[in-house]
Amino acid sequence: MRVLLVDDEEELVSALAERLSIRGIEADWVTSGEDALKRIQSKTYDLALLDVKLPRMSGLKLKKLLQEKNAEMKFIFFTGHGSENNFKIGSAEAGAQYYLAKPVNIDLLVHKMNEIFNK
Amino acid sequence: MSCQHKNNSWAGFQFFGEMSASISHEIKNALATINETAGLLEDLTLLLEKGKPLEPERFKILAGRIMKQVQRADTIVKNMNRFAHSTDEPVKDVELGETLELMLTLSERFASMRGVKLEPKSPLGPIAITTIPFFLNHLLWLCVDFAMNAAGQGKTVGLLTEETENGPQIRFTRLEGLVGVRTDEFPTQREKTLLDALKAELKVNTEAGELILVLSGNISP
Repeated sequence: MRVLLVDDEEELVSALAERLSIRGIEADWVTSGEDALKRIQSKTYDLALLDVKLPRMSGLKLKKLLQEKNAEMKFIFFTGHGSENNFKIGSAEAGAQYYLAKPVNIDLLVHKMNEIFNK
Repeated sequence: MSCQHKNNSWAGFQFFGEMSASISHEIKNALATINETAGLLEDLTLLLEKGKPLEPERFKILAGRIMKQVQRADTIVKNMNRFAHSTDEPVKDVELGETLELMLTLSERFASMRGVKLEPKSPLGPIAITTIPFFLNHLLWLCVDFAMNAAGQGKTVGLLTEETENGPQIRFTRLEGLVGVRTDEFPTQREKTLLDALKAELKVNTEAGELILVLSGNISP
């Protein structure tokens, strides 16, 4: 499973990517929507983990653009938003497979990733 | 309660809510980074216990990151506290440069989301004014918000705090998008109400790409 993580918090996203790698998941990270779009030109990902509030380009818009390039790609949103219920509804409407509130529970994240790919 | 009074109160709550949401978002990000970094430290420790060779420097760097994020969260909370105390007294002496600096710090996340840079220039000396601190914060935010939109993505908004013959003022410069702004679009009633209360004035210089907020040095009658 190849995963692309997108969050403007560099120290957060790099640590999370390394933790996923330790758990056997190939994970790359970028800090902006623009970089994510560049990255998928040279590499294919099965899943993108997107922060909803990215600078300049929202996570929702990025999802749409990534999906245009790769219709098979799955999505998980994560956010620092306080209202999890509102966020859950928003994520479902945007067509994400799952949502996570920050701080992320790594075991839950890995479990959900495996569930999405029926492993 | 009159309709106008209700609208004014609501606008104040809206501003307080916007700032609180942004601040709490920032705190969540700092905590989430601490969570992942501490988690990574734990993962690496487990690998080390299983015999994987790891450089001690890695642990040192990660511990340093946690300390940096704790400092970041502490600064955010301090600013939140300063902002919350702006409602303590209806009228108070404040230093204009410091007030603007606080509002710019609180606006940083909004600026980052829009891809705009805020570049303040400190006044030559302290500029003390007697004002309504919460209303001043609110008006400054509305002006910064407008200036960021008028500057546009990828641009820089300059901010100059200065004492002039007409009183203390803040100039928002390099607003290239001002040309397209209609005079009936800004200031809106929300800004006008605050301008009245603060005995302040907003001047728009479209050609120079500047918004000038002229404040009263003392709003007491």
